[in-house]
Amino acid sequence: MDTAMLSHIWKEVTTARMHIPDGFLSLPVALAFWVISAGLLAIAARRTQQQLGERQIPLMGVMAAFIFAAQMINFPVAGGTSGHLLGGVLAAIMLGPWAGMLVMACVIIVQGLLFQDGGLLVMGANIFNMGLLTAALGSLYHGLAGRQSKGVRLVVAGVLAWLSVIAGALFTALQLGFSGTSPFAIVVPAMLGVHVLIGIGEGLITMAALAFVMQVRPDLVSVEAVRAGGGRSWVVAGLLIALVVAVLSPIASADPDGLERVAIDMGFEEIAAAPPYEVLPDYVVPLLGETPVSTIAAGVLGVLVVAAVAIIVGRLLRQRAAIT
Amino acid sequence: MLEGLLDRYLNRASFVHDLDPRVKVVNAFLFILSVVLLPDGAWIAYFLGWCAILAVALLARVGAGFVLRGSLVAFPFALVAITLVFTLPGRPLLTLQLGTWELSASDAGLVRFTSILARSWLSVQAAILLTATTRSPDLLHALRHLRVPGLLVTILSFMIRYLYVLVDETTRLLRARQARSAWSAQGKGGGSLFWRARVAGNMTGQLFLRSLERSDRIYNAMLARGFRSQFVTINPHMMRRRDWVAGGLGICVLLLLQFVAHFVS
Repeated sequence: MDTAMLSHIWKEVTTARMHIPDGFLSLPVALAFWVISAGLLAIAARRTQQQLGERQIPLMGVMAAFIFAAQMINFPVAGGTSGHLLGGVLAAIMLGPWAGMLVMACVIIVQGLLFQDGGLLVMGANIFNMGLLTAALGSLYHGLAGRQSKGVRLVVAGVLAWLSVIAGALFTALQLGFSGTSPFAIVVPAMLGVHVLIGIGEGLITMAALAFVMQVRPDLVSVEAVRAGGGRSWVVAGLLIALVVAVLSPIASADPDGLERVAIDMGFEEIAAAPPYEVLPDYVVPLLGETPVSTIAAGVLGVLVVAAVAIIVGRLLRQRAAIT
Repeated sequence: MLEGLLDRYLNRASFVHDLDPRVKVVNAFLFILSVVLLPDGAWIAYFLGWCAILAVALLARVGAGFVLRGSLVAFPFALVAITLVFTLPGRPLLTLQLGTWELSASDAGLVRFTSILARSWLSVQAAILLTATTRSPDLLHALRHLRVPGLLVTILSFMIRYLYVLVDETTRLLRARQARSAWSAQGKGGGSLFWRARVAGNMTGQLFLRSLERSDRIYNAMLARGFRSQFVTINPHMMRRRDWVAGGLGICVLLLLQFVAHFVS
């Protein structure tokens, strides 16, 4: 192994590039994240098409190329490591949540398809970790900082960018753990430890880039522009946070929850009526058996069902309001 | 800097280059799927998979060396799996003494680690072959035929069209920064961490604004030429008999791999 290869490895380890290659995730994990990513991208494509005209098509293509190119801009940190941009939070701040998600997904698709940076079968996981999750965190900016002073907005953007790298690393680690590629006890703390530091570079560049645009073209990031682009950000972020919780659920205790415990202790468990129908008994999807993946799938299905019900109820209420 | 970013398409005239891009995309994807499904330690199947890769590389006149060099990109990631060697229970092979900390490598761990590496290596080579034999516009056209949302494919085609333009622009920005940054003999300089981050951030902001203005010019140019939200290609993209045969043959090889892995040895 020559020094060039060693330095390449060192660079890979010390930058925020966490593109998973094919073969490192098991089939159920890879497919589950393909389903999640494809679903979110379909929503994003529909939303963007409704909100934006055909003028936005070249804009989004060039913006995706911009994120790809901006990932090359680096700055020395210390000890041969360098900070550079992943760009999800910046994209969501500049373009809004849905367009930001589409742009980030395109960046990761091109990196995998044209440059073998990340695999094809695991592309769904890579799109989720580095594209959708980071853009969703970035879209919180509009709700949190839309009307605040310039300094507060910059700090919020920086913190979100830092968090986005950590969230991406956490999901990468969890996917590797569930795939049996690396033990949880090692890969989760290792990935988090490294990326808590690497994320600082992401935060600093995002803040500086945003400050530059605020100074040169304040119209692009004004309160009005934010209001036009945001709006749905809370919905996106809420849905994603719920999905995160669903995926983390197998780590939660398998013991009965508080009410069940009390019921067992007091001996009234038998009195409890069985629910009239059980779609997913004990949070296990029948086809997948009793594994962590099955619990995740059940959780994700649950989140999607609840979201669908909420959207339908919202639509009905809005229609009624429109009638009266 | 641009070394790893050059277009990976190899312009050759070969049977594989001539195939319909849909066949190549589906076969590459199925190959990776089938490799990931191979069990640990199915060495004969891994070897046969590699033979299939070599055969396609020869047929495409791409060269085994080209594929081999490109396939090294995935290896740094192997670091995350290497801990398996020391954590999976099994017959101990070798024990390392690190101070008071004892690490022992197990045979089961070693088999799992090398199997993950082998599967990943085969998958990367399949992806390299796909990119090396298919032009990116044809690749995107295949995606459109394979029911990837149209908006996504359109954005991707714009992205690829302007990728190299913006990468060139970034290279110029980086070169300008380097030209302005003298390195003092004391090894000190370059300002504080925050200053360096601000310079990088300003470059990013600059690039963003230039990209935004460029996209405006592009849209106006498109309108001037009569763009009607549709892209056309002069490549017919018809499935001929040879495409069906090549696709079917590929799937037969994959079934053979699974058979060998599960029933032979």
